Amino acid sequence: MIERAAVRALLPTLVFFGLVWPVWSAETTQSDESTADHSKFEALQQEFASGPEVTKACLTCHTEASKQLHKTTHWTWAFDNPVNGQELGKKNVINNFCVATATNWPRCTSCHIGYGWKDDSFDLTSEEAVDCLVCHDTTGSYKKYPTGAGHPAYEDKTFPPNNPKGKMFKKVDLKKVAQSVGKTSRATCGACHFYGGGGDGVKHGHLDSSMKNPDKNLDVHMDKDGLNFTCTTCHTTGSHEVAGSRYLTKAVDRRGIVIPGRSDVRASCESCHGMAPHESDDKLNDHTDKVACESCHIPQFARGGRKTKMWWDWSTAGKKNAKGKPLVTKDADGYDVYHGKKGDFVWEENVVPEYYWFDGNMRYTLLGETIDDTSVVQINSFGGGPDDANSRIWPFKVMRGKQPYDKVEKILAIPHLFGKDEAAFWKSFDWDKALEAGLMARGVKYSGQHGFVETEYYWPVTHMVAPKDQSVACNECHSNNGRLENLRGFYLPGRDEFPLISRIGWWLVLLTLLGVLGHALIRIFFWIRER
Amino acid sequence: MSRELVFSRFERFWHWAQALLVIFMMLTGFEVHGSYTLLGYEQASDLHRTLAWVLIGLWILAIFWHFTTGEWRQYLPTTQNLMAVVKYYTVGIFHAGVEHPFKKTRRAKHNPLQRLAYLFLKLAINPLLWITGLLYLFYNDWPALGLGGLSLGPVAGIHLVGAYAMLVFVIAHVYMSAFTAHPAFAYLKGMITGYEEVED
Ligand code: HEM
Repeated sequence: MIERAAVRALLPTLVFFGLVWPVWSAETTQSDESTADHSKFEALQQEFASGPEVTKACLTCHTEASKQLHKTTHWTWAFDNPVNGQELGKKNVINNFCVATATNWPRCTSCHIGYGWKDDSFDLTSEEAVDCLVCHDTTGSYKKYPTGAGHPAYEDKTFPPNNPKGKMFKKVDLKKVAQSVGKTSRATCGACHFYGGGGDGVKHGHLDSSMKNPDKNLDVHMDKDGLNFTCTTCHTTGSHEVAGSRYLTKAVDRRGIVIPGRSDVRASCESCHGMAPHESDDKLNDHTDKVACESCHIPQFARGGRKTKMWWDWSTAGKKNAKGKPLVTKDADGYDVYHGKKGDFVWEENVVPEYYWFDGNMRYTLLGETIDDTSVVQINSFGGGPDDANSRIWPFKVMRGKQPYDKVEKILAIPHLFGKDEAAFWKSFDWDKALEAGLMARGVKYSGQHGFVETEYYWPVTHMVAPKDQSVACNECHSNNGRLENLRGFYLPGRDEFPLISRIGWWLVLLTLLGVLGHALIRIFFWIRER
Repeated sequence: MSRELVFSRFERFWHWAQALLVIFMMLTGFEVHGSYTLLGYEQASDLHRTLAWVLIGLWILAIFWHFTTGEWRQYLPTTQNLMAVVKYYTVGIFHAGVEHPFKKTRRAKHNPLQRLAYLFLKLAINPLLWITGLLYLFYNDWPALGLGGLSLGPVAGIHLVGAYAMLVFVIAHVYMSAFTAHPAFAYLKGMITGYEEVED
């Protein structure tokens, strides 16, 4: 009886603390931290007709916000590499996905933190053109329309437009979104960063929609039921400047653990874990000078159930189906393996990275640089090696493919893809027109002859950190045909051989064995004979 | 002839502990080298590094013992009788009735061939292994130790040379000591019980 009474009393308590309390506490933390309730602000108690109107209202209190954002790469899409002087950023680089932003602005800038970057005339000094909501929305209802040059849908619209089978973009309730603003989240950062390359997981492979609410197996830090980190837990911010850059990576971060009083930013594993993070195994700590944390702790990328694009061959683009529409072929899982607008794709899941020495300094093959079209062109390259103390072995996703180039000038070419004009490749499927217009937009004259050249683009892999029991085991590198099979120029125990020493060594061992055995046999022989 | 204690308690302990350790060092060492997979690289390498310290400890203890007891003299090389012993192992041993030319005494318990073999082990193979082994162990500290100019390849290569030499020694030693005695297994028994027949 007593037991049953106890159960009766305990059960509701358990249910409350087990089910209700976590939800209640999770919901309260976000708003609890803030001292402001935006729904109570007069400036936001109005109907907004457009995004810039909301921004105007934000700026009435956050007077410096746009000025801060104007200085960031998120806004300028330009990055001056202080090490090698190259002008990088989305505005400048050429990649082997959709190649370049020039002339394709309204499509590309659906991932710009602004409104209206639809051509070169966009005013980068406009404060109202900064989009506050795309980062600070907490409702999940604010979405930029894919071809809206950064604007959301102000009325119900499908994408592609006027296509009943397309994806619906509901008219956004700007008032509600504006009144619920808060901190950035995995969802807001992910709205762009999970979809780089034009779709879920396409570009990075370690950032895709599965990282919105990952479990511990997918990412120990972002684990929704555990540490529940957001992007900015590591990519710390100040004055809207976000720490961490792929263009200029710290391949080894020896600045030590970031503690209050130090102005350094986070974003590297070492900034929290230091250079000797393994408590029970010194041998592992011995590796941190040569091996990046990510190399062991991200055993595979694209682990969340989404595939990533590994190969993109533009040279086959242009095929049409019976109805005259671009031909689309899908694999068993529903991924495009051929698209008439884009060419052939290879998608992969649970991909083992490739490993290279990396010093953090990315050098790009920029527009106008002469390429060697007889070999594979490196979209980006980097320094580093076993003897360079500032480089380590890093894991990379290597994106490979074939893309158009100017055969005469021997430069990478830029296709004008998106638009309603005749030159747009996705309209007329005429490479020469598309390349002429694309190059023209960047002030480069097209020779009139194009070809396709194979390219490689190296992406350091830094997310999807697995639980430690799943990290890469010693023998996966310290063995023949292991993960580091192709990384040469240094001695790797367990992989490397001394053929001469071993040949002589094993011969001597064999001769000794034979000698001993022969000696024994002769003794047995005489023993039998003399008995 | 009399039965006497030839191998003291310490010497027997040292010998068998060393034998066991060396076998495990070879097993794990060649696995680390990639010659085969047995325990897995991580286990092999952990064990190799742990046992390395035990082995070095034992070696230091043994060196100390040899010098304090004066037993190190047992390994002084000599050519006296050397050719006779070689001839015994290459010819005489095959015929019943041919006696071992070397007569063990308490003062000289190793025959001239043994002296040479053990001296080579102690002065060449062991130091080779533990100098390169220690370097290997402290690879990460080379720059701090002023050894920044070294590179791992040659160190590992020389360590490997030592490992092959050790394996050759062990094979020959096991055969000679376990299977060539008269009466059978007498040497083996001697190293277990400590007692052997010696000349007075
Ligand atoms: C009978 C004695 C020993 C044998 C047969 C032996 C054999 C080996 C072999 C074959 C390797 C692989 C080398 C390579 O491929 O890079 C190795 C590695 C190694 N040995 Fe030895 N060794 C012996 C004693 C020692 C001693 C005394 C030490 C230390 C003082 C030592 C320390 C090491 C270390 C640190 C490695 C590298 C393995 C790792 O990083 O875990 N060894 N040994």
